[in-house]
Order: sequence, then structure tokens, then C-alpha cells
Amino acid sequence: MADLADMQVVDKGLEKAVAGLSEERIQEVIGSVLSQAVAGRLKLYLQTCVHCGLCAEACHTYVSRDKDPDFAPVAKVKDTLAVMLKKKGRVDAEFMKNAARVAFVECGGCRRCSMYCPFGIDIATMIMTVRRICSLLGVVPQYIQDTTNSHSATSNQMWVQPDDWIDTLIWQEEDAQLELPGLRIPLDKEGADVLYSVIAPEPKVMAQLIANMAVVMNVAGIDWTMSSADGWDNSNMAMFSGDLEIMGRIERVHWERALELRVKRMVMGECGHAYRGAVYDGPKWLGWQGPPLPMIHAVELYYDILREGRIEIVDKLTEPVTIQDPCNIVRGSGLHEKLRYVVAALCDNVVEMSPNHEHNYCCAAGGGVINCGPPWKLSRLKSIKVKAQQLGRTGASLCITPCHNCHHGIEDIIGHYQLHMRTSFILELLVKQMKMPEGVRG
Amino acid sequence: MTRSASWSWETGSRTLADLGELRAVHREVHEPAVSPDGERLGVVVVRGDGAFAVAENGELWEPELERAWHLRYTPDGRLTALVRIDDMWTVAVDGEPWQRRFPFVWNTGFSADGRVIAAQVKEGMEYTLCVDGQLWDRSFLSLRSYALSADGRRAAALVQVEELAEADTEKFAQGTWSVAVDGEPWEQRFIGLWSPAISPDGEMVAVQARTDRFEYTIAVNGVPWESRFACVWEPSFRPGGAGPLAPARVGSTWRLMEEGEQLWATSFVQLWHLRFSPAGERAAAVVAPEWGRFTVAVDDRPWGCTFGDAVLPPVFSPDGKRVAATVGHRRRWTVAVDGQVWEESFDMAWMPVLGPGRGPVLAKVQRGGEYGLAVDGRLLSQRYELLWDPVLSPEGDKVLLRGVQGGKYVRRVVPTGELR
Amino acid sequence: MYDFVRGPLVWIALLVFVSGLLLRLVWMVKTVRRDPTVLPAMTLRHSLRSIAHWLIPFGSRSMRTRPFFSAMSYAFHLCLLLLPVTVMAHSVEWQQSWGIRWWSLPPRVADGMTLLVILAGVLFLLRRVMSAEVRNVNTPLDLLILLIVLGPFATGFLAYHQWVDYQTIIVLHIVSGALWLITIPFTWLQHMFMFFFSRAFMGSEFGAVRNARDW
Ligand code: HEM
Ligand code: SF4
Ligand code: SF4
Repeated sequence: MADLADMQVVDKGLEKAVAGLSEERIQEVIGSVLSQAVAGRLKLYLQTCVHCGLCAEACHTYVSRDKDPDFAPVAKVKDTLAVMLKKKGRVDAEFMKNAARVAFVECGGCRRCSMYCPFGIDIATMIMTVRRICSLLGVVPQYIQDTTNSHSATSNQMWVQPDDWIDTLIWQEEDAQLELPGLRIPLDKEGADVLYSVIAPEPKVMAQLIANMAVVMNVAGIDWTMSSADGWDNSNMAMFSGDLEIMGRIERVHWERALELRVKRMVMGECGHAYRGAVYDGPKWLGWQGPPLPMIHAVELYYDILREGRIEIVDKLTEPVTIQDPCNIVRGSGLHEKLRYVVAALCDNVVEMSPNHEHNYCCAAGGGVINCGPPWKLSRLKSIKVKAQQLGRTGASLCITPCHNCHHGIEDIIGHYQLHMRTSFILELLVKQMKMPEGVRG
Repeated sequence: MTRSASWSWETGSRTLADLGELRAVHREVHEPAVSPDGERLGVVVVRGDGAFAVAENGELWEPELERAWHLRYTPDGRLTALVRIDDMWTVAVDGEPWQRRFPFVWNTGFSADGRVIAAQVKEGMEYTLCVDGQLWDRSFLSLRSYALSADGRRAAALVQVEELAEADTEKFAQGTWSVAVDGEPWEQRFIGLWSPAISPDGEMVAVQARTDRFEYTIAVNGVPWESRFACVWEPSFRPGGAGPLAPARVGSTWRLMEEGEQLWATSFVQLWHLRFSPAGERAAAVVAPEWGRFTVAVDDRPWGCTFGDAVLPPVFSPDGKRVAATVGHRRRWTVAVDGQVWEESFDMAWMPVLGPGRGPVLAKVQRGGEYGLAVDGRLLSQRYELLWDPVLSPEGDKVLLRGVQGGKYVRRVVPTGELR
Repeated sequence: MYDFVRGPLVWIALLVFVSGLLLRLVWMVKTVRRDPTVLPAMTLRHSLRSIAHWLIPFGSRSMRTRPFFSAMSYAFHLCLLLLPVTVMAHSVEWQQSWGIRWWSLPPRVADGMTLLVILAGVLFLLRRVMSAEVRNVNTPLDLLILLIVLGPFATGFLAYHQWVDYQTIIVLHIVSGALWLITIPFTWLQHMFMFFFSRAFMGSEFGAVRNARDW
């Protein structure tokens, strides 16, 4: 049984769009998407699926919703893409609205189910294809559409005006100088080793993270720069809203900024989906087999500079700490061991969630789900009870979340399920617990 | 006459600035900029008392600055900086701040001849453009990028002209953006606009226009091309040509379009960075003949060699006969000239520099954290802490080298034949 | 009747099976080659790594989380694949028709294995009907396919014990076997070969592209 409360959610983006949707148009769009090259692989999957339901237990939404069969990964495909294929696109607007809810809110494309299906069937890609169809038809939840609009208009996710961005950098540099005199955030420095990029919510609401990273970069002696021009934002909600043209456009801006500045590699802050967009989905659409320059996730950067002794930890947390493995950098890039190396350097008492590493449960915020906004918040939180239980069992008082979506998602979980816990990025711990150069801090 | 003809091409070297000395005196010395003729080096310094200043060839600019950044030389050799004085921002040119001060000003841009300087401005809560110290009459909800005509007499900018409430996706889809030319916006509204370009004669303004959620085209002076595409990239004007050219996506491949009609016969997996020979008779672009492989196509003919990481915008020789580009493959960078890849590769390579005729191809490169000059694929032994792109004399017989060695900025002119 | 099913029917079934399989493969290769991003992402090492982990009993966490089902599935597949080629009666056929000498299972073992297949099959069937998440994605056709899979084993079992008229049951056995072969390329039973390709792709996609494990 799909959740009645979810079915009654009013999302302006969906309501308005389906009101004006003709069945001819739906059929035309589905037909064109399903005749494209990528769709072939999906058809093969559908023919291979033995309908065994073994993927069900893999999905946090299914487990969290008391094993509601409609939340099994295979069911989500059965209710959306499979019908579109079988009916050759002859579905109505109500069907599309329902498909949009399933595809945008009930699946975050975390790919966990692919690790539990004996055939490795790529449910996430099928769901993303449904999103693509929805997007072409304009049937997209209002809030994630708005972030996509922002990407379209501004190249960043949060309508950040160029002057606000630059001003924030200057202000964060001045702030960080109080911590570390002489510190700099070099802007647009050609030939630097590293271009550091962030997601737009940082300048918007968490600007201190930029100052924190500046401290780390300066202490570690990294030859780095940030871009004052567009391309500074690595986030990409268009990838999740199904607007592949905007997805590709902003990844192009992002990578070309790095190439223009002739840096050797890009380092990005603690974000998972941005990693995925910059390393896989974006380049792929643009014709690159991989990113044109190496992309180093913050976790890898911390790992490298800790291992090389470029920064030193002088203070360790003793409270029980647990670690959220972000899907996009763990299942998506195998960074779990490096993540643990970094956390072990900072915390004495790590209590693991179970299961973890590649088998972690998603936070239910990623994949664009949290970006569907307030109308869907309750639904999202119902879909992630299992994470609340996992977190609760650790007895930890701190959950380390090296991803913006995880961070925000787990904060919501903590609030909703009243856990006694807080979240933190690694960076926030790092700046507090690392050794500052002589005479800087008492 | 090429501007560089008036520069000093006397062979020999001159030390013009000493960064080491500046570092000894000042608390901070930022990244320097060098004038096109190599005669001057400007750099932002932070003095002991925390005040910012700009030092040019060691001499400090007069005014006290709370902050200075974004040092850029105009093509005609004037030094510009974005500066904050009394909590307000402005542009300073050769040490003279503009009269007008703004809550914020950024992204200085110059006409090709360097005579006109423009910058984006925030005034009150609105945005506008400032051209040579003069604000446009109108200001806008947002202004995101702009272009100047070659002579600087015309300016076009992408502007948001309709209010947009938070998360108002419906209004957004109706179009909230327009192009303002010399401050006057087009009547037409678009969902999205990118990369304005002005024709060489200054008569046409072309932009990438998003006409519907999934419909793109090129708009010229407010009028969209008739054909619509799945996506488009930046339009550009052929010297001596008529309307703009732009890559457009049809299905899942890219084609080169001229005024809405397909120009090159081939479709590519990717096609971007269209460039023209100086006289306009040839065109080159970065293309991907197959997924994951990039190269340069000249007049629809791709080079035989392809590269996995990236091919950067191609560049023609002054006579239009040769084409070169920076290429990246397996995390190494080098240069390819007319489809021939240099033997040596580097940590990074800059835009190749070509002279007329069959002269050598030069490029600034980076290896092991140091800069050097590569000539026809061979890295010369000289190393630099900092190096700017080499400049060939109009006849191509001499090279101007601008680099910092041992903390000292040295301007050198070397006969091309003596490059070793 | 017996002659027809023993002769032409078996041949027809084999022909349909082989050509259906080939058709599937050709279509798959075509499909995959249309999408230029698939093949460059694949590596032999990661393909084999993934296939191995999912063939070795309990080589994946997925299998370890449901030991009973996995054990059943192994027993089911092992017996199901072994029996047709190693049952004594089949071996005799092999020898009579082709002159091929073949190792064969002791009849009692084969009998036990047949029972196991049937038992597992019935459990699978029950699971498909009783378990909400499985029932939700199963149509009558899925159950029918399962029954078709069990057909040759049920009839073979009856034939061996000769509880019912042997002539009738042997005809039914061969017919159900033919049905078995014919069904494979055109239903999800094609997983018997698609398994290797879908695992190879996912194994590479996880391993080579994303530096992670998929088991
Ligand atoms: C090398 C060949 C084969 C491989 C690798 C293979 C693999 C699999 C796998 C991985 C599953 C998934 C669920 C589970 O573990 O039970 C499965 C299910 C199944 N397979 Fe196979 N299979 C093969 C051949 C066959 C053949 C020849 C048949 C019968 C014609 C068959 C019939 C079934 C059935 C009926 C199921 C469904 C079990 C259920 O109801 O959950 N398989 N197979
Ligand atoms: S949310 Fe994750 S586990 Fe659930 S269906 Fe989507 S990709 Fe699969
Ligand atoms: S586990 Fe795989 S084969 Fe089984 S139902 Fe799920 S997707 Fe289909």
C-alpha cells in the first residue's frame, strides 16, 4: 500500500503540470526517451528480472515503512517504467503524477538495491530515467525544479548573486585571518595546484566552512585557489531533476573554469552528490569518459595531508562517535577506508553503524529527495526510520557526515526521531583539533 | 599595424621588479600581473599596517586601499584593480580610482583595443554595467555576464528583468531574462540566456537562448533562429562573415550551425570552442568524434589523433595556416599542432603561441612545480618561478619572455633562432 | 505420439532454444553497442570478480542475509542444471542416440535431487504467493513460468517411480522438457545467461568506474 498521506501531498510543481498534460504528449515523450540508446540496457534489465523481490530488504524506504511492498525497488520500477514500456507510453497524467512521486521522493538513486539483486539490476538508473521522462513533461516537484532553475539562471544552486559570492570569500578570508594571520584565499590564481570548489549552500548558509577549509589549506601548505567567477559551485540538482541539458551545462562551466585556470586537480568540499555530478554523470553527458582533471573529494584530501603529516592532530574526541558513509563517495567511490582513517585520527571512540561501508543505508536526503522540499519532508522522514534505529543503536553522541545531504538529512532524522546526537562535517572537527603553526593559538 | 610593433624588440634582458624585495618590506605579496609588452609588473601587497597597495615595478600606487584584488592589464597596457576605499568599491586604473564608488564592482573587461574598461556593478539592490566609469541608465534584478564590442562602443549583458518570487517555477518558465544592449533590454523574455557575443561591426548581439524547458536556440538582436535544438553552445562571429555560428545538439549529437543551418556535414559526440582564423576563412573547433575521445576539427575535418582528458580551445597562426591546441591525455598535458602531438608532455601546458609562416610553436608549461618554455615540443632548460605566455614579434623572428627567476622579474627578448 | 515427441519435438525445442538464445545475444550486443558508454566502462577483471562473488555460495552479503533461501536456491540450481545431463535414463539416451558414453548419477541420488528441486520450487512458489513484497511484483505468468520449470522434474520423478502409466508420463516429461527449453529465451528464465552479462556490467560499473565492491 502506498502511503495515503504521501498521495495527498500537494506539490504545486506536480499539480499544475499534470493539469495541462495531454496523453499524446506523454506518449510522445516516453517514446522518445525509451528509444534512446541508454534505454536498451534498461529493457534488458526488465527482461532479466526474475521478480524474486530480493532487492526489497536493500531499500531503506521499504525497511523503514514496515515492509510496505510498494516501496520495494522492483515495485517502484513495476509501477513506473515497466508500465510505460508495456503500454508503449499510453499512460495518463495521473499515472505520471504518481510516477513522479515514486521517482523523486521514494527513491534517491542510492544504488544499494543493486548490491542485493543477484543480477545487479540497475534500479537507480531506471528510476532516473523515469525522472527524465517526468522532467521532459514538466512534472517535477516544485522545490527541486526551483534549484534546477537556479542552476540554469546562475550556474549555482541557490540563486547566489556573483557579488555575494565574492564578498563571502573576502569576508571568510578576513574571518579566517583572525584564526591564522597571513592566511589567504587566493582567487583565480592561474597554475595553482588545486582549485577548490564548494556547493552553493556553503556561501548561502554555512560560510564558515569556507574559512575552515582555508585554514586547512594554508596550514597544509597547499598551492590552491578558488574561483571568483561562475564554476565555483560543484552542486548539480539538475542531474536529479532530470534536466540533463542543464546538468551538462553547469558541469561544463565547472570543469572549464578549472581548465582555464590550468590547475592540476580539483578538490571539492564534503558533498556526495556533487562528486557524482562532477565525476560521473556530468562528464558522461558531455562526452568525457571521466573528468578532465582529477577530482579529489575532501575526505581524500584530509587522508592525504594527514598521512603525509602535513597537518597534525593534537586533540582527539573521546565521546562515542559514529560515521555516516555517504552513498556517492562510498558506494560511489570506495572512500570508506580513507574516511575511517581520517575519523580515527580525530576520534578515539568510533562506534560503527551496522551495516556500513558499501552496505550503508542512504540518509534518504540525497539523490535530490531533500531538495523536493517541505511538502515531502514528513514522507522522507518516514522512509528513513531504519537510519534512526541504526544511529540509536550506536549510542554515539556525534554522527560524522562528510556530505551536505547526509548532514542535513541526518539532522532532520535526529530532530524527528528525537535522538540525542549531533552531526558534524569532518572539516569542523579538523580545524578545532589540528595543530596550528607556532604562536598562532594558545 | 599590430600593437606589438611599437614595443621594444631590442634583444637582451632587463630586470624590472624585485618580488623578493617587496616580500622583505611588506606583510604579504600577492600574485603579480605583467603588462602585455612586458615592461611592467603589478602586484597587490599588504603593508605592515594592514593597508593594501598596488606596487608597479616596485613603486606603490598613491591611494590607501582597504583592499585590492583582481589586477588585470588592459590590452593597451594600463593596470586595473578592484579596490575598496572607505567601505566602497571601485575600479582603479594606473593608480587612479574611478570617481564613482559602488557597494560592489567586479569582473573588469576590456575592449579589444584596450581603450574601454567595463565592470559589473551593484547599486542599491540592483545590478548594472559600468563602462569607462559611466553607469548604464537602467539597472536590473540581476546581471550575470556581458560582452563588449571590439571597439568597446557597445556592450551587451544578460539581465533579469522580471521579479521572481521564491520558488516561483511557473513564472520562471515564462521567461524572466533578457539581453540589455547599451543598457536597453530587448523586449523578448527568455527562460535562460548565456554567453552574449557582439559581431565585429558591433551591429549584432547573439546569445544562447533557452526558449522552452527543453528547447534552445541562438537569438540575434532579440530574434531567435527558426530552428530549435536540444541544446546549444556559445555563438561566435566569423571575421568578415554575416550571422553567428554555434554548435547545436540534435538528438544526442552536436552539429555546427550557421544562422540556423547545418554548416559542417559531420555530427559529433561533442563540439565546442569554435575559433576562426584571423581573416575568417577557416574555422576550428574542439570535437569528440567518439565518446570519450576529443580532438580538433578544422573545417569539418578532425585531426587523426584523439585525446582522452581534454582538448582546450584551438588557436590559429596569424596567417591562418596552422592550428594548435593544448591537449590532455592520461593526466599529462602537451600541445598538438595540425594533428601532430609534441613528444614531451608536462604537468600542465598553456595556450600555444604561433607566429607567421613556419616558425616555432611555443608554449608556457609547468613541470615539477616550476614553469618553463617549450619550443616545438622541447622544454628549454631555463626554469621560472612564474612565467607569462611568450609573445612573438610581428615578424616572428623574436620572442618576448616575461618571467620571474630568483624573485626578480626579468623582461627578455631573444631571437627565435637562439631559443635553446 | 511418443515417436513425435521423442523425435521432431525435441529437435524443434532445441532449435528454438538455441536460435532464441542466439537472437537474444545478438540483440543484446546490438543494444549495448548503441550506447557508447557501456563497453569502455567494462573490464574483464571486475566482471569476473563480480560473477565469482555471486556464484560462490554466500559470496555476497545479500546471500548471507538470507541463508535458508540462498541454500535452497543453490540446491535448486545445482540439481536443476545437473540432473538433465546426468540422470541415468538420459545417459542411456545419449548413448543410444549418439553413442556418447556419459557419467551418470546413481538413480537414488538423482531421485533425491529431483525431489529437492521440486521441494525448492514449491517453496519458491509459496514465497511468491505468500510474501507481500514478492507477490506484489508477480503475475500469474511468473507462477506459470515456475511451474514450467518444475514440469520436467515432476514428470521425471513420476516416470522413474512408474506410479502412473509410463507411456503417458514419459510423453508428458518430454513435452514439459521441450516447453522448458522453449520458455528460457523468451521469459525471465533467460537470466541463466543474462546473469553473466548483467553482473559483468554492474561489477565493472562498481569496481572499475566507482572503485567499490558490489557484493
Ligand atoms: C547458469 C545458469 C543460471 C544461473 C547463474 C542462475 C541464477 C539465478 C539467480 C541468481 C537467481 C535469483 C534468485 C535466487 O538466487 O534464487 C535465480 C532464480 C531462479 N532461477 Fe536461475 N540461474 C540459472 C539457470 C536457471 C535455469 C536453467 C532455470 C530453469 C529453467 C532457472 C530457474 C530459476 C528460477 C525458477 C528462479 C526463481 C527462484 C525464485 O522463485 O525466487 N535458473 N537464478
Ligand atoms: S532508494 Fe536506493 S535502495 Fe531504494 S530503490 Fe532507490 S536506489 Fe534502490
Ligand atoms: S532482486 Fe533483482 S531480479 Fe529480484 S526482483 Fe529485485 S530487481 Fe528483480
